Amino acid sequence: MQVKDGLRYTREHEWLDGQGRVGVTDYAQGQLGDVVFVELPAVGQRVRQGESLGVVESVKSVSDLYCPATGTVVAVNEQLAERPELVNQDPFGDGWLVQLDLEGEPEGLLSADDYRGFIEE
Amino acid sequence: MGNNGRGMGEAEGEPLRTPLYEWHVAHGARMAAFGGYVMPMEYKSILREHQSVRTAVGIFDVSHMAEFWVTGDGAAAYLDRLVTNWPSRLEVGHALYTPMCYPDGGTVDDLLILRLGEDRFLLVTNAANHDDDAAWLQANNLWPARVDIADVSRAVGLIAVQGPDAVRLVSSLATSPVSDLPGFGLREDVEVAGIRTIVSRTGYTGEDGFEIYVPETGHETLAVWEALAAAGAVPVGLGARDTLRLEARLPLYGHELSSEITPLEAGLSPFVKWEKPDDFVGREALWRQKEAGLTRRLVGLKVEGGIARAGYPVHSPEAGAHGVGLVTSGSHSPTLGVPIALALVPVAWAKVGTELQVSIRTRTVPARVVRLPFYRREAV
Repeated sequence: MQVKDGLRYTREHEWLDGQGRVGVTDYAQGQLGDVVFVELPAVGQRVRQGESLGVVESVKSVSDLYCPATGTVVAVNEQLAERPELVNQDPFGDGWLVQLDLEGEPEGLLSADDYRGFIEE
Repeated sequence: MGNNGRGMGEAEGEPLRTPLYEWHVAHGARMAAFGGYVMPMEYKSILREHQSVRTAVGIFDVSHMAEFWVTGDGAAAYLDRLVTNWPSRLEVGHALYTPMCYPDGGTVDDLLILRLGEDRFLLVTNAANHDDDAAWLQANNLWPARVDIADVSRAVGLIAVQGPDAVRLVSSLATSPVSDLPGFGLREDVEVAGIRTIVSRTGYTGEDGFEIYVPETGHETLAVWEALAAAGAVPVGLGARDTLRLEARLPLYGHELSSEITPLEAGLSPFVKWEKPDDFVGREALWRQKEAGLTRRLVGLKVEGGIARAGYPVHSPEAGAHGVGLVTSGSHSPTLGVPIALALVPVAWAKVGTELQVSIRTRTVPARVVRLPFYRREAV
């Protein structure tokens, strides 16, 4: 199971990179199983840290996504409509979910090392 | 990310384990509570397990299913009164599917009845209904003659072998022929991997295949399972079992059937035998419902832009349409690649081609009534 250095993480298993991109972690996609549907907010929507950012559905489960930061959605990964399996195949890359224009700095996120420790608990 | 509790499974008390529990855990299965047992939901991928059954062969541990022997002089007459189908007409060596109803027409359970002798039947019911079924079988053991009912649910191991390669696989491991069994045919005392079993040509996936009953559970069930796996069968969890049965439009108790849903509403009227000479439990209520006309019925939906899960409401976009439907089961269809659902809807909406809508969380998405089943295997 991979944890990518240089990203910040939530305890709900989302990641945030320096450009404001958001995705779910490798650990999360493993827990979900085969992702078959992703519901994301519209571009231009304002989102707040800790609130719902959308939904990821596997064959058997429906999971809420939590927003790791406050900001405005400037892009969503359109590829996921046709290829939701990208979340499983490449959670830190082509399986990204949305990109945010951050308002200020999010608080309480974990470093890669802290997140590693968190999921090993 | 957080699971919002709309997954599958329920549990009460200490869950039971099948004889294959350790094997599942050792092989990395994701385990979850189901029907009072801890069962494998998936090993690696529900989608790949589903695909294996449609294109090759998969094996399922379904030892959680409940089994009851019903034996004695009056066994056939007892069963004719208990269920809506017609067990006394069943030839020895055959099985049938049937609903079992309450006097008000609601469904106690749906089950398979295997006839192994003139007066010897094996009933296979849902694990989640085990206690209710056991009580119902006893409560109705009054007439015309008392029969012997033996609950062997914990003693019997059960493995389903399903898929186009099932015949070849089971034939290679069985001492008696199985390829000549017709659909719903069965044979007793078939040795599979050296273990004495009952083999029936039945299943819950829409594919050809068998269900193998191992009367003495324990290492015997494991020996059969390991032989099947070693011969190339793919282990499949309950997650794919659910998507397979949904595509094949096979009902799941608690979803398409319940004490509140009659077999007629669930589209199971072929299994309700009005021509049976003697009365059966629920007959009068079901007949009244049939004569009055159904107010709702089960339909298949193809959904666009979201997955309609069990419990989501169904509406009609027609101005002035009243009433509301309910999704009973819904998922992504691995074979079709689109979301599908079964739903109970007002009968006026049940026609194939009707455009409906499903409320998914905060959104409303289109859904069209389609012909069932969603998937039918090609005749060989």
